[in-house]
Parts: sequence; C-alpha cells; structure tokens
Amino acid sequence: MNVALLLEMMAGGAPDRVAIGSKNGGLTYGELLERAQQGAAWLEGTAAEKLVMLDVNSEALPLALYAAAIAGKPFVPVNYRLADDRLRQILARTTPSVSITAQDALSRVEGIDGLDVITREAFLEHTTAGGEHAGTFVTPDEIAIILFTSGTTGDPKAALLRHEHVVAYIVGSVEFMGSSEDEAALVSVPPYHIAGISAILSSTYSGRRIVYMPQFEPTEWVNTARAEGITHAMVVPTMLDRILDEIEAQGESIPSLKHLSYGGGRMPIPVIERAMHLLPNIGFVNAYGLTETSSTVAILTPDDHHEAVRSTDPKIYARLGSVGKPLPGVEVEIRDDEGKPVPAGTKGEIWVRGEQVSGEYEGVGHVLTPDGWFPTKDGGYLDEDGFLYVEGRLDDVIVRGGENLSPGEIEDVILSHDAVADVGVVGVPDQEWGEAVAAFVVLHEGKDATAEEICEHVVSELRSSRRPAHVIFIEELPYNETGKLLRRVLREDFPASK
Amino acid sequence: MELKAGSRWTSAVSDVEVVVVKAPAGDVALHCGGHEMLPLGTEGSGEAPEAGLSEEIPVGKRFSNEAGDVELLITKAGTGTIQLNGETLGVKAAKPLPSSD
Repeated sequence: MNVALLLEMMAGGAPDRVAIGSKNGGLTYGELLERAQQGAAWLEGTAAEKLVMLDVNSEALPLALYAAAIAGKPFVPVNYRLADDRLRQILARTTPSVSITAQDALSRVEGIDGLDVITREAFLEHTTAGGEHAGTFVTPDEIAIILFTSGTTGDPKAALLRHEHVVAYIVGSVEFMGSSEDEAALVSVPPYHIAGISAILSSTYSGRRIVYMPQFEPTEWVNTARAEGITHAMVVPTMLDRILDEIEAQGESIPSLKHLSYGGGRMPIPVIERAMHLLPNIGFVNAYGLTETSSTVAILTPDDHHEAVRSTDPKIYARLGSVGKPLPGVEVEIRDDEGKPVPAGTKGEIWVRGEQVSGEYEGVGHVLTPDGWFPTKDGGYLDEDGFLYVEGRLDDVIVRGGENLSPGEIEDVILSHDAVADVGVVGVPDQEWGEAVAAFVVLHEGKDATAEEICEHVVSELRSSRRPAHVIFIEELPYNETGKLLRRVLREDFPASK
Repeated sequence: MELKAGSRWTSAVSDVEVVVVKAPAGDVALHCGGHEMLPLGTEGSGEAPEAGLSEEIPVGKRFSNEAGDVELLITKAGTGTIQLNGETLGVKAAKPLPSSD
C-alpha cells in the first residue's frame, strides 16, 4: 500500500480540517490531497525518476512527499547544510531526478548531469495547475523515501524505506483520526531527518494540524507555540534545553502545550528533570528509533516518566534515562558480538525486528538476518522489566586496556557535577592503554571546577578505569542541528586542545 | 479471487473499502455483508448486506483472522461483516500510543 493512502483516508474522513498551517487559512486535508495529485501529474510528465527536496520546512514539503508517492517515485529530502562538494556528490547519486530547491541554494546545484532544478514557488504552481495524475498502482515494495544517513566515516549511506515499512509504522502506532480538531503539532526538525518525515505521516493519519518552523530558534519556537495553540511537539535534546531557558527567561509557560516528545540523541537526565519541573502538566515521551526502522521503535510514555520521577526506588528512578518499551509489532533483543541474545541487564548490541524495519541501503542491499533482525550498531541493555537503555553508537565505545567503556555512562556522572553545563566524552589514542578517556567539559557561567575535581567526581561514582585521563574545558560542544554530538570533531580536535 | 498486498477492494453492498495489508497466498473468498468484494472502482450491486451480516465497519481499523495471515485496513466506513473464506474477521485491537513524532 502507498503512503499517499494515509492522506487519501484523512481527506475522505475530514476534508475540511486544516492539515498544514494556521487554523484560519491553512491548507486542508482535501486541498492537500488535490494539490498533491496535481503535483504528481507534473512529476509524471518529467523524466525524473526521483523527487529531491533541498529546502527548509514549508507546506511544499508534505505536498512534495505525497506528490512523489502518488506518482510512484521515491522522495529524497537532502540536507541543505552540507558543504557544496558533499551536496553535489549526493545529488549526483539521485539522477535522473528533479530537485525542489530553495532560492538561495540554486547556484550551488547548477550543472549536475541529470538533475533538473525547480524552485519551491514553481513547484507550488504545478500543484494548482490542474494536471490529471495517472493513478498508477504502486506496489507496497516500491521505494517511498530515501534518506542519506549522516555516517561519520566514508560516503553517506542512502537508507531506503519502502511504502510497506513506512505504512506499517503509521498504521501500527497511530490511531486513525485519533486527534481532536484542536490539536496542532509544531514541527521544527529538518525535512531530511526521519523525524521530519514521520511527523508528516503520523500527523496526517491522526488528523493533527502541522505548523512548520523553517528552522529551529528557541524564542520563535516558544512564541509560535503560544500564538498557534500548539498542543504537540517533537524536539531533540539540545532544542529542549534551549526551550526551557527561554520559558524560564520569559517567566511564562505555554498553556496549550500538552505533549512533548523527544529523541534523536541522548537526553541528559538533569534536562528532563528540569523539563518536568518547569512544565508539570505536559506529558513527556522519549522516543528511540533510527532512519532504517522508519522512525520510532520504543517509547517511554508520560506515565513511565511520572512513575520514575516519583519513585524512591533507584531502579525505577533510573528509567528516566531509558527509552522505554518496544512498540507493539516491534521486537527488541540485546545480542553479544557473536549475535547471540544476552540476559536482562547485560550490555550488548541492540537488534530490532518488525514490519516497519527496512535495514536497507542503496547499493548494499538489506542487512537483515534471514529471520528479519536488524543490528542497529547502537549499544545498550534491557532491564528486568523490559525497559530499554541506549548507550550510544558502538563505534563510540572506548576500548581502554581491553575494557569497553561507554561514553554515555561517564558523561552522565560528569554532568551531575554542579559546575558542569555540558560534557562530551571520547576515546583518544593512548600509548599505554590503547585508548584513554578524554572529557570535553563546558562549565556553567560563573561556576568553576578543576580537572582534578571532575576526575574525583567520576571516581566517586564509577570504577577508576572510567577516570578521564584528559579533561579539556571548552566554550561549547559541537552538535549537528538534530542534536547529535559530533564526537568525531572532538576526537579530531583533541591533539590541538590537549 | 486472489488478494495482493496493496490491492484495494470495495463492498458490493455498502460503502466499505479496504486495502490489503497482508494477504494469504492463493485463491480466497473475501466477502462483505455476505457478498463477494469487488476491485476498487467497480460498481456495486445495489443490494443490501444480508441479515446477520450487517456489522458497522469503522474506518481506520485493521481487521484480521484468527490465524493472522490476512490483514485489511478499512479505508472507508460502511455496513457489512467482513469474511475471508467464511471466517468473520475481527478488529485487531491496538492500545492508542502517545505520539512520538
């Protein structure tokens, strides 16, 4: 089945409900479908085999996604922040294609063989030009979405999501028309991130209006949320911290906001504690997922958050740092280096299985086992009650003298020091141990701590092998715009900063 | 008739429309309201669902059989119990989840 069917159903059920934009004057589901069909008619008339999007969030994004789906051509949102050479390499891999391109990026994509370029405005005109689409039958195993993963080494991988994966995720986890007409989601994650795609599809299927922010900015986020009566939002950890600063500075909450989900990177426990304290009436959801799994595979629900924060049992309290339990229809196992499942409490690699899991890359094929299990390359463990804890990419594990150290565990401890605002821990080359622990520490303004105090703090909570060999104080940590700490940058900067 | 994942069917006797999410292999009989379902776009028979087979089918629900080898997503609501090879299909109950997107 085609992802466009999700929109067709909603347009059939509530054609006059606003899908995108402000409650007055926004695009309705009926209009969204009609315009996407005309966009599909235009796309069918081009030689393009894929529809690329090189632009920030706007109503053109869902129109393009659904137009591509109706025409049966893959939709490929690309990161407009990439450096020119990287961007051009990626675009060249999509040809023959047509790219809806932001006005200010036009000069960057000129002269790529097989790539036609069209502005957002011109594309929007095609969606009202009255074209008739062919009504092609798209089989469920055709490719719906291609996303280039941010791989830290080598060429970026193109993850392929087929219609069947994405639709399985939506119909398996979202209640059709489950939202009331008053609900609205503020979407500020970029279009080339899986969260930007799943926001469109799940909002469509549940009938929840989307309000877009072209790019995240905390003051505008808070003001827009108030002005638009936003009830739902998804943010990455770095966004949440800055939103909380803004709410505190304004001294005023966001009355309409009921529900805030977060994911896309490790959320430090102090940040979520602060969020729950500052916004006591909001239901928080921690979501864990990957591009290759069509978004979320596990969630920590609002009830889980409350139970954890109220508990005096340290084991239950610790769940604030977990990503909760797998979605129905998704199985999670922790396996050792040889791919054998390990008991609860034992660390290993997180494996997932389910109809929404694609685990497939262009030019590589799928990397699932014959019985459908996908190795995520994330490290973690399940507790006795089935709560999943994610410790980060296995590639980031520090191997010190044969012992595997998780950067996240050390970061959590350092972050609990009063003077510390943020921290990133990486492994750096070491003659004696192979790798040593290096901690890049950002201090709170007006607070002070010495390297020795940081080290003592680590040793007071963890085994001495976790003690940083190097503590480097810096102004701020390098993050990408979806909140992922760029550990590669820290490792590269280490010799200079030592 | 043969069901194929992604194929769409309409009731001969009501507004019900479905899309096949999961299909068993081979020849099957898919009925709604006691009459064989038709490929989407086909004109209905104008008859009414048979007595005792006039369950209300809500849009957006997934229907499956006991064995779990067939799953249909209801894309349009209507009247008429849905049956596969004579077995009545039931709603695949799912607890609503909090939004994570």
